[in-house]
Amino acid sequence: MVKGKIVAGCIAPHPPHLVYAENPPQNEPVAEGGWEQLRWGYERLRASLADIEYDAIVVLSPHWQTYIGTHFLGLPHFEGLSVDPVFPNLFRYHYDLNIDVELAKAIHDEAASAGLPVKMMENPDFRVDYGTITTGHLFNPEWDKPMVVLSSNRSTAYYSVEVMQEIMVELGRVTRRAIEASGKRVVVLASNSLSHRHFTTESEVPEDMSKEHITSHAMHLWDMRIIDYMRTGQAQRILDEMPEFTEQAIAESDGGGLSWLLSTLDVPNYPAILHGYGTIIGTGNAVVEWPCHAHEEGDA
Amino acid sequence: MTEGRVVGSFVVPVHPHTVLAPDQNEGWQRLRDAFDAAAQSIKELDADLLVIYSTTWPSIIGHQIQSDPNPEWVMVDHDFHDLGSINYSFNIDQEFAHAWDDANRKRGLQSRCVNYKGFPIDVGSVVALTLLNPDNAIPAVIVSSNMYANRSETTVLAKSCLDVIKAQGRRAVAVTAMSLSNRMFTDFIQPEDDKIHSLKDDEWNLKILEFLKQGRLEDVGQLSRTIQRQIRVQKVVAFKPMWWLSAMNGNRNDLTGEVLAYEPIHGAGGAVVSIDPTPSGAGDKEYDEDDVEYFHGERGVLDTVDESDTTEENPVIEQTPSGPDLWEPTEAEGSVNTDSAPKPVGAYPHARKVGNMLFLSGVGPRQPGTNAIPGGPIHDENGEPLDYDIEAQTHAVVNNVKRIVEEAGASMDQVVDVTTFLVDMKRDFKGYNDVWAQTLGKIGPTRTTLAIDALPTPIAVEMKVIVHLGE
Ligand SMILES: [Fe+2]
Repeated sequence: MVKGKIVAGCIAPHPPHLVYAENPPQNEPVAEGGWEQLRWGYERLRASLADIEYDAIVVLSPHWQTYIGTHFLGLPHFEGLSVDPVFPNLFRYHYDLNIDVELAKAIHDEAASAGLPVKMMENPDFRVDYGTITTGHLFNPEWDKPMVVLSSNRSTAYYSVEVMQEIMVELGRVTRRAIEASGKRVVVLASNSLSHRHFTTESEVPEDMSKEHITSHAMHLWDMRIIDYMRTGQAQRILDEMPEFTEQAIAESDGGGLSWLLSTLDVPNYPAILHGYGTIIGTGNAVVEWPCHAHEEGDA
Repeated sequence: MTEGRVVGSFVVPVHPHTVLAPDQNEGWQRLRDAFDAAAQSIKELDADLLVIYSTTWPSIIGHQIQSDPNPEWVMVDHDFHDLGSINYSFNIDQEFAHAWDDANRKRGLQSRCVNYKGFPIDVGSVVALTLLNPDNAIPAVIVSSNMYANRSETTVLAKSCLDVIKAQGRRAVAVTAMSLSNRMFTDFIQPEDDKIHSLKDDEWNLKILEFLKQGRLEDVGQLSRTIQRQIRVQKVVAFKPMWWLSAMNGNRNDLTGEVLAYEPIHGAGGAVVSIDPTPSGAGDKEYDEDDVEYFHGERGVLDTVDESDTTEENPVIEQTPSGPDLWEPTEAEGSVNTDSAPKPVGAYPHARKVGNMLFLSGVGPRQPGTNAIPGGPIHDENGEPLDYDIEAQTHAVVNNVKRIVEEAGASMDQVVDVTTFLVDMKRDFKGYNDVWAQTLGKIGPTRTTLAIDALPTPIAVEMKVIVHLGE
């Protein structure tokens, strides 16, 4: 069998605001625009991958929160209505997505044999979390590729960022092994924000961009530091500074997605492409791509 | 109409095991039996409203209140999806939800109602309403738990709920959907192997339950931060439900509590506790936290004026850049108010005459008109401590007292008793005492000086004064 491979790795955010601002037919609320820098960032990411062939998207979203291990969507098809419990005014999205159950099960099994607690989610009534839906929509609005969806284990809350990172680095290694063994070409995507201190108020018109800014200067400094490591091929330094970053920037990396992604990509030492950066109700968000397809030995 | 009130309160666990799998573990069954007993006693209380504060519904933009009159959907737990699905269809009191939302905004809270088909009602609320209100006989209302809310915000949330309960003459039951210790096992376990995650968690849980059994709800509220540090996974910044429930019960320690069950659910501490407002006669209160009526939290990040806030209804007349709003002094029989004293920070007069006695509200050093603090404020807008002059502040207090006393037609030599509050006894007592000796000390009122945690504005000293007006 052909060796499977990761063609690209991405970090991209999932605030419902981005889908809301775009007014796709699947979403009920209507907006007058907003957050264009990030939406166009997603557009550039899509364009960048338009000519790359791949079979599946492997996503980790911090809004499917599990306290007992990592779970995988384990049925071939999910559809329904996703209402964001925090911003129901912005996000009521009718979703319809396919799962690559075979690949999900392969990563699950590989993780289980490495001793990680894992579970397949096979309840047909399960509602897919809005983070997965939002990222899924923005990354692939046609929904024409099957996904593998991993839950976010909350080990940061239980132990510490260090322990979380150990678990997620291990999960990344097994994800990579399972993808390689599958023979499939895959995009891996960590759906998360960077600095993550929200405003607790909302303007009358939620998309009023005159109200949008980073919550604090310190948050901006952290976001730029981490993005600069990405741009300059220093993923190891991101892992090294993960505890400080996560704590001081209240970063959404607490959900493990970023550590998992970097490990899945084998801690890349080549530059990532920054497609966009912007704030959403005060949080810092970047759309970043590691073009693995151009950096692997023997890749034609 | 008799005045509405909270006729009973319950603490209940959040995980779906009590609904979906009580038969798999004896402890889960005991929790389920306790739920059923609680449902029965709610019926007997003749309650006409269930108010659920759920720790499994986090919010970011203030607090959210469910207002769909009949939310229906299927709930599947994020972790325990293999236990099955819970179909729900609830009876929500939409009118109460809207009234509470309005009351929240009147008390300075950010708040909104949510009424959207398909809204994912959280597991804690679904379990609580499914088991406590099985036939939907009692209309319910559900409120979220704001991620960033602190004690004052959570306390005010309860007070605005009480405003509506009173105004509508309701017989309300207050419910917190919550775990005690919330540390679950991080691996999958067999139902028969369930136990509290650690001995320490168990000991803390038992301590909390002992307090609740004695009706000492406010004591548990005041231990909230300690409990959070000891036995709570740091999902949220504070252990808030006890703040809310205590405020719903008037911050009391003499309630009548009963623990109906306490069992592990995948390692977390699950308890069903009933709290009856009937005074138990026990439980005095060491009331060491400020009581809060209005929320004045940081709301300025967007630089917007909140148009929903109606100035006609709200007697707040001035907004200071930092610190509480200023009010017009209230008018009632015997009240004494003057423009030459600083505006109150709440609904009270400067002073009030009863017979030949004059009682002053607490007086600080703020200057009438400008609101400036002679000697400087004790901290800046970000709460960073500043160096200030206690002697200048104390002089200003005495001058403000003098203005009010004279407005009442009396004079300073009629002051008979003074209680002084200092926020930093160690630093300030000497300076204050020197000024006292030069001023009130020469007149000779009795005096008591107390150290307290904080005052509503960034001042270091305040005096409570009683005057004998003579025959
Ligand atoms: Fe998020």
